[in-house]
Amino acid sequence: MSTNQPLAQPVASAAVATAALETTPTSGAVATLEALLTEGVDTIFGYPGGAIIPIYDALYDYREQLHHVLVRHEQGGIHAAQGYARSSGRVGVVFATSGPGATNLVTGLADAQIDSTPLVCITGQVFASLLGTDAFQETDIINITTPVTKWNYQVTDATEIPEVLAKAFYIARSGRPGPVLIDITKNAQIQKFDFAGYTPCQHIRSYRPKPIVRNEYVEQAAALINQAKKPFIIWGQGVMLGGAEQEFKTFVEKSGIPAAWTILGVDALPTDHPLNVGMLGMHGNYGPNVLTNECDVLIAIGMRFDDRVTGRLDKYAKQAQIIHLDIDPTEIGKNVPTAVPVWGDCKETLPLLTALVEEKQHTAWRQHFDEFRDKEVEAVIQNELFPTSEELTMGEVIQQLNELTGGDAIVVTDVGQHQMVACRYTKFNRSRSNITSGGLGTMGFSLPAAIGAKFGAPDRTVVAIIGDGGVQMTIQELGTIMQTGVNVKIIILNNQFLGMVRQWQELFNDRRYSFVDIASPDYVQVAKGYHIEGQRVSERANLRDALCTMLDQDGSYLLEVMVTKENNIFPMVPQGCSVAEIRLK
Amino acid sequence: MNQKPIDRQEYNITAYTENQIGLLNRIAIIFSRRKINIESLNTSPSEIEGIHRFNIVIEETEEVVRKIAGQIEKQVEVLKVYYNTNEDVIWQEMALYKVPTDVIAEKALVERLLRENGARAVVIRKDYTVFETTGHREETDNLIKVLQPYGLIEFVRSARIAIIKDSEGFNKKLREFEQREPGSEVVENEYLNNREKVFTM
Repeated sequence: MSTNQPLAQPVASAAVATAALETTPTSGAVATLEALLTEGVDTIFGYPGGAIIPIYDALYDYREQLHHVLVRHEQGGIHAAQGYARSSGRVGVVFATSGPGATNLVTGLADAQIDSTPLVCITGQVFASLLGTDAFQETDIINITTPVTKWNYQVTDATEIPEVLAKAFYIARSGRPGPVLIDITKNAQIQKFDFAGYTPCQHIRSYRPKPIVRNEYVEQAAALINQAKKPFIIWGQGVMLGGAEQEFKTFVEKSGIPAAWTILGVDALPTDHPLNVGMLGMHGNYGPNVLTNECDVLIAIGMRFDDRVTGRLDKYAKQAQIIHLDIDPTEIGKNVPTAVPVWGDCKETLPLLTALVEEKQHTAWRQHFDEFRDKEVEAVIQNELFPTSEELTMGEVIQQLNELTGGDAIVVTDVGQHQMVACRYTKFNRSRSNITSGGLGTMGFSLPAAIGAKFGAPDRTVVAIIGDGGVQMTIQELGTIMQTGVNVKIIILNNQFLGMVRQWQELFNDRRYSFVDIASPDYVQVAKGYHIEGQRVSERANLRDALCTMLDQDGSYLLEVMVTKENNIFPMVPQGCSVAEIRLK
Repeated sequence: MNQKPIDRQEYNITAYTENQIGLLNRIAIIFSRRKINIESLNTSPSEIEGIHRFNIVIEETEEVVRKIAGQIEKQVEVLKVYYNTNEDVIWQEMALYKVPTDVIAEKALVERLLRENGARAVVIRKDYTVFETTGHREETDNLIKVLQPYGLIEFVRSARIAIIKDSEGFNKKLREFEQREPGSEVVENEYLNNREKVFTM
């Protein structure tokens, strides 16, 4: 009995069919590319090398159908594939060679794993006969990547390729999505076999991507919601991964329940929606954090109670009964005790729940959020977005950008202070518009992810917002922009510090600024070296024009904005404190 | 610090899996990532051809074991995971003991001790004899103590194997798993099912 009987059949019957159809022997490399074409892949992010030359040789004949983007570093390649997957909702594909090529993928795999991003990475490997001999560029990439992949597999025989790639795509995109790595030895790429075509995978007997929804839980959830006086919805990226933005909006509107988001969920509901009360967590909004500890029923949808969201766990929403909708049963009850688990795809569970909940307004309860909002505007937001100080703030850059894009751009952020500011203040009208490294917090993510995002959504404006630290981690990808001519707008918010660490050192380490003072090159000159236009702005009077120039530019543009050096991000839930102890200053 | 917290106890984790290279590592790192020691690990065929069975023993709280079991079951090539206390399973471990033959031959007392402990001679040579016994940990441990004064040369104990008392085997479940649209029988989740009474109006 094979692992995958339904899929094994075409291969088995191929031997019989060969005589009649005279299938020409196909190399493993060609079969790999045929598999990608059948899966609807149009873009590959990659970097060639010795152990993957046969696949690149085959790609030469497929270069019209499969657009290959040559990146400058494999980490850039995988982040670009993540950006592509996040903007398009499709599986991102990466090619890399063995050894260092493969190990350079590890950070991106870990990022995609924790942020549930569907990827298929194909790495070359030394000849099967050389495995375990410390051959040139041999690395045990399967064992290295096991903790950071949803699934991985080493192919040593070309006949395995169709079935393994079918499984790879199915696993990457189904259920809770994630990254898959397929390692193909060089002999398997070269080897010719009777390729009887490619059949996408629909079922793996040991894998249950989603359950049949149990109605009794939906009924219990609805009963709890209907009797709640102060219900509160918190949602995450699961809403978008399930393609359930509309179902979610309908649920929120009918139930009249205020809703707050995790950083990866922000764009599932328009920023201006009256029931969207803002961001959760360490640098989230004031009301959503404080009122988490006052609500009576907490409805969590497609989110995983990360420690940056919950703060001190033993003081998190203790008064509330928690309803948790998630496709991954191991998330339910992982960090917080759950009163009603609604295990399932929220695309299915939300409509069932909407049908059972009563139409309400919750006016008095929502008023609380407005009151907290007013306090936060006064203490933080006003000064951040409309500063009267001489120096520019990160927030006003985002505010000006919102006014110019109207909230229709894809915004790709890196990690740190600028990320918190961008996620807090960017206006989003559309789903799949916020791309950032959430769970892993990978500096250097933004520039390559923005490149990928543009390839995944060519009709949309893509703006990368990056700090002066993060941009220097993957700045080589300016070369990818130069060579492909991809149109990406790059804003560097330069505060001449590794700002988030500096903020912690200021607040919690007596201003002992230990190695956070980072120097920058002349970014405009660097961009110029890559034939990318750009300018630096440090005066408020020039900001608007500079942003307009950037957005109107026919092609990529780099805008460096010099901002206040020692601004802190507030509100803040200090580590080890409860969400109710959030500080406004 | 010798006193263990009362809620920690031995749990027997049983996993039905595909027979796939690399799966052992994928399962092992679920424990090592959380700094949990595996007390015993056995992999073997199951009652179904092509399906492997892992028996893993750890000492932890029920909550930790439940979460670990969920993480194992989440792996693509794992079909089903159960966890049980020692009371819920029939379990055995096997041990081998190598002792000098001359001592055994001379002392009638040793023969009686071996008999009392249910030991059986596997190999008898002029220089040494190998005994085997099967049982619970205390039983195999006890024989070490017994043989130590008589020049125990070598000792080894196998991993634990365990049969779940109220299991009906995996055949019926597997047939469901093989269907593209499995019935609710398979889609059940023990943890979630047990929670039905948690919330009542």
